[in-house]
Amino acid sequence: MSFMLSVVQPTSTWYLVLSAVLFGIGTIGVMVRRNPLIMFMCIELMLNAVNLSFVALSSQIANIDGQVVVFFVLVVAAAEVVVGLGIIVSIMRRRTSLTVDDMSGLKG
Amino acid sequence: MELFVFVVAAAMVLGGALGVVTRSNPVHAAMSLVLTLFGIAVMFVSHNAHFLAAVQVIVYAGAIVVLFLFVIMLLGVDKAEDLSVEPITNQRPLAAIIGVGISAIVIAAIVSSRAGLGASGEGVDKTTLESPDANIRQLARVIFSDNVFAFELTSVLLLVAVIGTVVMARKTKAVGTGK
Repeated sequence: MSFMLSVVQPTSTWYLVLSAVLFGIGTIGVMVRRNPLIMFMCIELMLNAVNLSFVALSSQIANIDGQVVVFFVLVVAAAEVVVGLGIIVSIMRRRTSLTVDDMSGLKG
Repeated sequence: MELFVFVVAAAMVLGGALGVVTRSNPVHAAMSLVLTLFGIAVMFVSHNAHFLAAVQVIVYAGAIVVLFLFVIMLLGVDKAEDLSVEPITNQRPLAAIIGVGISAIVIAAIVSSRAGLGASGEGVDKTTLESPDANIRQLARVIFSDNVFAFELTSVLLLVAVIGTVVMARKTKAVGTGK
């Protein structure tokens, strides 16, 4: 077993496959869940999956630019969460239940 | 050793992600999200992205999840949601098919194109005992030279987000009574 552990090294393909699976789980979550907060968390999962693939590819092709992109994605994700949660809070001031099905008020 | 780290971190990531999707209580889902974010941070460390791992823990696990928890507590929705409701017929099987399909397409693309991924850049500095700040130095050099305009723009973005949120979440008086 210890021989196996020293021989098998995870390549960046493993990390990319893991990030694809994580992205799929996030997609399923956004489509299945009805609570807007949980849907937001699933969007964060998808963002993190993409971040992971950026970092894995950055070390694979030996270029630091992937990490720079992840830095900017982190900043934009923080701004996005702040605005999104503000919208959810201001919607919840007017409604009582918290499911996205009740938020079809903009429908014509 | 690297394999062990990968297996443990992958278990954290996938377990947390499944927890976010399946837990009915939003607080539990947020805690599962923390688990996933920590797993991702571990993977960043194993790719020599130490600065990003620290930022991941501070910004994501520290700030964003706490913000989520604040909103959950503020809105008082920290009770379990009824997961048996399925508003659209066959919504879950269809969602599962689409999600698995997206993953399968991406994995197929990764596996078929992995041979073409050779080292093309000038290298990522490895953090060692002699130069413990190699990663931060290299990252800072790139951010503050090639990407300095984008960096300044992110500060404008954050300012706009903060002001917009304050305006949106402020209690507005009823129409007609004025301000």
